[in-house]
Formats: sequence, C-alpha cells, structure tokens
Amino acid sequence: MSKDIRIKKGLDIKLVGEAEKNTTNSPLSSVYAVKPEDFHGITPKLVAKEGAEVKAGDTLFYSKSDERILFLSPVSGKVMEVVRGARRKVLAVKIAADTKQVHKDFGTKDADVMSAEEVKNYLFTSGCWPFIKQRPYDVVANPNQAPKAIFISGHVSAPLAADLEYTLAGKEAELQAGVTAVSKLTEGKVHLSVGQEASSLFTNLKNVEHHKVSGPHPSGNVGTQISKINPINKGEVVWVITPQDLIIIGELFLTGKLNMTRTIALTGSQFSTPQYVTAIVGANIADVTANNLQNNNTRIISGNVLSGKEVKEDGFLGYYDNQITAIPEGDDYEFFGWNKPVFNKISTSRALTFSWLTPKKKYDLNTNTNGEHRAFVVTGSYEEVFPLDIYPMQLLKAFMYKDLDEMEALGGYEVAPEDFALTEFICVSKQPHQKIIREGLDLMREELG
Amino acid sequence: MSFKGNLHNLKEKYRGTKMAPAFNAIHTFLYLPNEVTHAGGTHIKAADDLKRTMNIVIVALLPCLLFGMFNAGYQYYAAIDAANGITSEFTILGSFLTLDNLWIGIIKVLPLVIVSYGVGLLVEFIFAVIKGHEVEEGYLVTGMLVPLIVPVDTPLWMLSVAVVFGVVIGKEVFGGTGMNILNPALTIRAFLFFAYPTWMSGDKVWVYDAVERTGTADAISGETILGSYAQNQEVAYSTFDKFMGFIPGSVGETSTFLILIGASILIFTKIGSWRIILSVFVGAAAMGLIFNQIVAFDIITETSKFYGLMNTVWWEHLTIGGLAFGAVFMATDPVTGSQTNKGKWIYGFLIGFLSIMIRVFNPAYPEGVFLAILLMNVFAPTIDHYVVKGNVTKRMKRLKVKTA
Repeated sequence: MSKDIRIKKGLDIKLVGEAEKNTTNSPLSSVYAVKPEDFHGITPKLVAKEGAEVKAGDTLFYSKSDERILFLSPVSGKVMEVVRGARRKVLAVKIAADTKQVHKDFGTKDADVMSAEEVKNYLFTSGCWPFIKQRPYDVVANPNQAPKAIFISGHVSAPLAADLEYTLAGKEAELQAGVTAVSKLTEGKVHLSVGQEASSLFTNLKNVEHHKVSGPHPSGNVGTQISKINPINKGEVVWVITPQDLIIIGELFLTGKLNMTRTIALTGSQFSTPQYVTAIVGANIADVTANNLQNNNTRIISGNVLSGKEVKEDGFLGYYDNQITAIPEGDDYEFFGWNKPVFNKISTSRALTFSWLTPKKKYDLNTNTNGEHRAFVVTGSYEEVFPLDIYPMQLLKAFMYKDLDEMEALGGYEVAPEDFALTEFICVSKQPHQKIIREGLDLMREELG
Repeated sequence: MSFKGNLHNLKEKYRGTKMAPAFNAIHTFLYLPNEVTHAGGTHIKAADDLKRTMNIVIVALLPCLLFGMFNAGYQYYAAIDAANGITSEFTILGSFLTLDNLWIGIIKVLPLVIVSYGVGLLVEFIFAVIKGHEVEEGYLVTGMLVPLIVPVDTPLWMLSVAVVFGVVIGKEVFGGTGMNILNPALTIRAFLFFAYPTWMSGDKVWVYDAVERTGTADAISGETILGSYAQNQEVAYSTFDKFMGFIPGSVGETSTFLILIGASILIFTKIGSWRIILSVFVGAAAMGLIFNQIVAFDIITETSKFYGLMNTVWWEHLTIGGLAFGAVFMATDPVTGSQTNKGKWIYGFLIGFLSIMIRVFNPAYPEGVFLAILLMNVFAPTIDHYVVKGNVTKRMKRLKVKTA
C-alpha cells in the first residue's frame, strides 16, 4: 500500500560540491571521540576511566536518567582523555584506536521471533538505543513510553545530502533486519517514506507502510512526513530512526557485532573532489578529509549546511551524521552589499536578487549572514517555505516569550529544530530560529514532561 | 591600508562603546558587515536583509516623489492662471514637466524630505545610542512616506514637531522597529491633523502659497477634489486627470497611476502583500457601491450634506484622495498590519470599507484612509488572534477525535 505525499511549500537549496558516486576507504584514525553533546538532553555518567582498555562495543558512559541507555565505544583501543568543559561537563571521550580492531560479541538474534521486550533489551545492551529518537522534543527516545508509530525517512532533500540509495546499496538484508527489529517496538505502524524514484532497496521492505514523497526540501525531513501522515497530538509520542542507523542495528542482529562504519558524503565547494568515504562514527575530521579539504578560511560542518554542527579540523564526526560539508567562511565586508543587484546568492524574494531567474543554478554560498540581526519585521515569507500546518512566526514568538500554554497550543509538540532551518535561512531579520526552537523544546520538556 | 581595512579597525576600536551603534549605522550603510553565522543555526543565509527590503520600498516610492515635485509647481501655476481667468491647453511636456514646476518642487517638497529624514534619523540615532541597540532601518521608509502624505504647504517646524512625536511615541517607546503598534508615518500625519487642525484641514494648504495669498487681490484656491465633493460642488477635473494625478492633494498621493507602478514593484519583489493591496481596493469598492445604491434608491437626496460624496461613482473613489497610496504603501506595513495570510484579507477589506465610510460621513475632513488604517492597526492583532485560534482549534479537534 502506498500513499503519495506532495509537498508544495519549501525551497531546494542547490549548492556546488555534490559528492561524486565514488567511495574511498578512509584509513583507521588514530583518535576517535564520542561527544555527549550529540545526544541532546542526555546527562552522561562515565563508566570508562582514562587509561582503560576498551573493545568496540564496551560502555563509555550511560544516561543519568535511565541507566539502561548505554553509549558504547565505536572502536577498540585505550581511553586517552575525557575532555571536560565548564563545571566539569563532559565534552568528549577520546579513544586512541588500536591498529587491530576487536569487537565485542553480542550474539546474533532473529528479530522475527523476539518479543518487544527482548528487542528493547538487546538494543540497550548493544548500545543501539540512542539511534532511536523521539518526537516531541527531538531527543533520544524515552524507552518507558509507547510510541504510536515509528517513522523512517528514506528520502533526502537537504542541501547536498548523501544519496541513501548509494550509501546503503547492497545492504538490503541489514535494512530489513533493522526494520523488523524496530517494528516490534510499536503497537502502531512503521512508516517509511521514499522519493518518487526509490529503488528496490526500499520498496521491497516488509513490515512497513510505504509512502512516496515529492516536492522541495523539507520533504525529506521526517518532521514534514509525520505531519502529513499522522501528526503528533498532545500526549502522544512517535519515534524516528534514519536508514543509515537501521543498517547498523540490522548488522548487529545478523552478526552480533556493533559495526559503526558509515559511508560519509564529503560535500561542499571547499573539497577538491567531493565524494564518498567510509569512516567509523566519531572519526577524526582531518583523517576523514585528508588530501581533499582546502582548509583555507573554511567552515567545516558535520552534517548539512542547514542543521549541521560546526567542527574544526581536529574535531570529530558527529554520532548521527553521514555528511561532512565544507564551505568558505564569509567574514569579509561587501561594498554596498545591501542594495546592489545580487546574482551569486539565493533569495526567495526578487528584491534585486536574481536567483529566481536561474532556478537550476548551483551556488557557492559562504557563511556570511548577509545582514544584521533585527526584530521580526517581514511577514508572510516563512509560510512559503514551511509545509507544516503551523503558524511559524507565531510559534517562534511564543517560544521566545516562553508562554507554555501557547507553545503547546500552536504546535510545539510537532516541531524539531530542523523543521525551522529553511525559515531561518530565508529570515530577513536573521533571527536564530533553530536555537529558539531548541531552547523552547527544552523548556517544554522540563515543564511539561 | 585600504578604506575597508580602516573602517574595520575603527569598528573594533569602538566596539562596546556608547557611540558604536552610530558608527555601525554608517559603516553598514557602506559595507555589508563581515558577520558570519553562529553555532546552533543554519550555516548559510539568504541574500535578503532588512536594509535591502526597505530599500525596495523606497525605490517604489520614488516615482511618486518626483511626480509630487512637478505637481506642486503645476498646481501652483494652474491656480494662479485660474484666478486670473487664463485658460491654456494642457500638455504633459509643455505645462507639466517644466523647469518652473520642478523649481517649486525643489523649494517646497525637497525641504520636507530633508527635514523628515534629518529629524527622524537624529531621533533614531539618539535612541540607538541611549539604548545600545543598532540603528534600525524602519525609518528609511517612514522618512520617505512622511513628506508624501502631508500637504505641500506644511510648515517645516510643524513637520519637525510631528516627526519627533511620531518616532518617539509611535515607535521608540514600544522598543523600535518591529515592535510598534501604529504605523509611525500615519502617527505623524495624525499628529499634524489633530494638533494643527485649522491649518491642516483648510482648503488652502494643498497648493503652494495659497495660504499667504488669502484675502489679497491675488487669492488662489487650493481646494482638493474631496473637499469640493464634500461641499456638494461640481469638480472640474477629468477622470484622466484624477487617475494620472494632475490634481491638488498631499504631495505624493495624487497619481494613482504611479502608485500602481509602485504597487507592482512591491508585489513583484514579494515585499508588499498583494493580499492587503487587493483587499483594500475591494473593500473600498464595496462601500462605494453601497453608497451609490443608497443614492440610487433616493434614500439620500441632493439636499443632504452627504450627497456629494455618496453620489461619487464607486470606482472614482479609488482614484481620488489618499486611498490608493494608503492601500499600497501604508496598509502593507508588515509590522502594524495583520501577520497571517487569512488575516491580511480581512484587515485590508476593513481598511477599504472604513476609509470610504469615514470619507463620506466626516464633513470636517473628508479623508478617511489614514484614520481607517490607524484603527485597523489597533485591531490587526485581534484579527490575527482569531485566525491563529482557528489553527489551534483544529489541533484540539484532532486530539478529541483521537481520544473519543
């Protein structure tokens, strides 16, 4: 059974530096890191001590709120440093990798014959639980709640996003095993959304309800799909998981080993040859991007240009990311940049901006804000790129003045920061939408549970 | 070191000091700043900023300003000719776009523009320095709107007082651009009207020098069309004159043709809301039609003091007075107008509807547009409240269906 979802409101941001379909294996990095900040809302309790030997699959830390949720080492080696920030907050656990990798064996399982409780426990011990995230609040799923449905987005629409058909090619068995496993976790359905030209990799999957989505970004955002398929109401929870994480879960069930190797897209104009590489989660950025990155006043982003995190070259690949983007920094002045005609930047207006003339052109955008921060002035523009049935500006304002009743009534449960990436991109007043949403969601989570 | 580099060093030197906003206002006017995107947000941003947006509105206003400068002179000489009983053939190049007319514009209209910007920006800079925020762009548009909506013979001191009042009470006390409830330009216009009613609502102020000459042998008339209609007099202007704007009135509001060109610029660039512009005209036409029907059914007869304006054909209402200007440049202000798309339809329609109603029923000052817009500015949040409530109710219903 297939249902079509057509997204009309949105914006495809076309950038130069799309990854060529050519994969190289990046060598094993010397240092890996797991950063608690990748798991928003989790307070880590450290298990691994500095200097301890760990195997790939040994526990580094667990969640303070639920000690079943473990975070495991992606590689075997020695814990070389626990990086701490202000008030001794754990920023990263660094592991010096051994040249020979040893994996802890969790034992193979057949998800078909397992109960929900057994699947859950297996995911806890194998450290795969953090792959499952929940809406509302966009945090690691709370295992004590029952989700009304699980959503998987097999469609990507974010700028320069890794092509899932390519990165997951040949992993049908793993994907199916992962889907079967998570389908045990809900009484409701597992919804899988794919693009119009999805291959058999996705369309042959069993135990899921198939949907086809089309239209501009954010059609690939799982939040958009949830709102069209089965919107979240107050008191309800849905879980989301990405296909690239599902194959890690699938491989675990089939082999009993936690193999956190991903195919990563290196994208953006600052890569000399944008392409794919394989790397293990938490790998050192410099190692993954070696001999390819032009690190000359470059912004390196773990993730995409809309919602990714800025990292330095000595930083580490984010836990959930399958993309590294590098674009030029824009820390320069532009003479009369505010009133002269603009041909080399994207705009949704036609205010002497001419991107509407060349809808297929690919742009080399930099990180300049193109203007200063202001109060909200322009109205009606966000609605053109925001497909959810929510008033975006009203919700943002409610999030800013922290009126919990309004935050709830206007649709606060249905949004994640990434849903507001496009409105932030086009914002004339240069307001930090995603930050406003993130802080508002944290407040709601704290106050309303 | 380059000019760019020098400015950058100055900016760093003044960072955090009291005068930083004043310096930055000038710096960012010359150069798009070197600011980059911050953590936790998008790493790239679209090309538009508030300066660019406001700049387009000013561009859309320029034709009206230029026309207003010529028209100031044209109306002056036409009134003198009329007073002396001279009639001459009208040609656009021969009698309108002349240097004599432009000169009147330069000595009468340009000072209005300079005073409006000078006084207004001074107030903005002072507030920015005191409160330590950046100088915001809102006044770039307000400063251009103000000279276009005042009568040509407005004394500069009156304008200065009104601008100070409008910027401080209309905007800065609420927190600056984006926070105000009332349209600042209209607040200034309303202040002029209510503070100096004898000056502002007479029939002399609309043509240069008409006030000075009153009671002398050289007396000339400066009656607007609305004023004539309100007194049940015949109007001597053709439909073409009214549409093109060769009529007395506030500086920039007379030419419906050029206002529509401005409207098309705003709509094409997606900066003005076509919903508001269209619905204001629809609302005004609706009210005009209702009045026409009242006259047609002889409910109001020629003896009534409302007859002149009620009998004005509905489409003529759209071309005279400040309705078109208000619809295109005033009602579309995103800060004070309705913010939801559905709300914009309601908001615009009510502005048009009330404008014509006030126009007909207010014998003292037969121009209702600015009062109608100010009134709807106050009600815009209420309209939005109910539109948004519709969305909230829909969400609640979805929940009820689930739990039932």
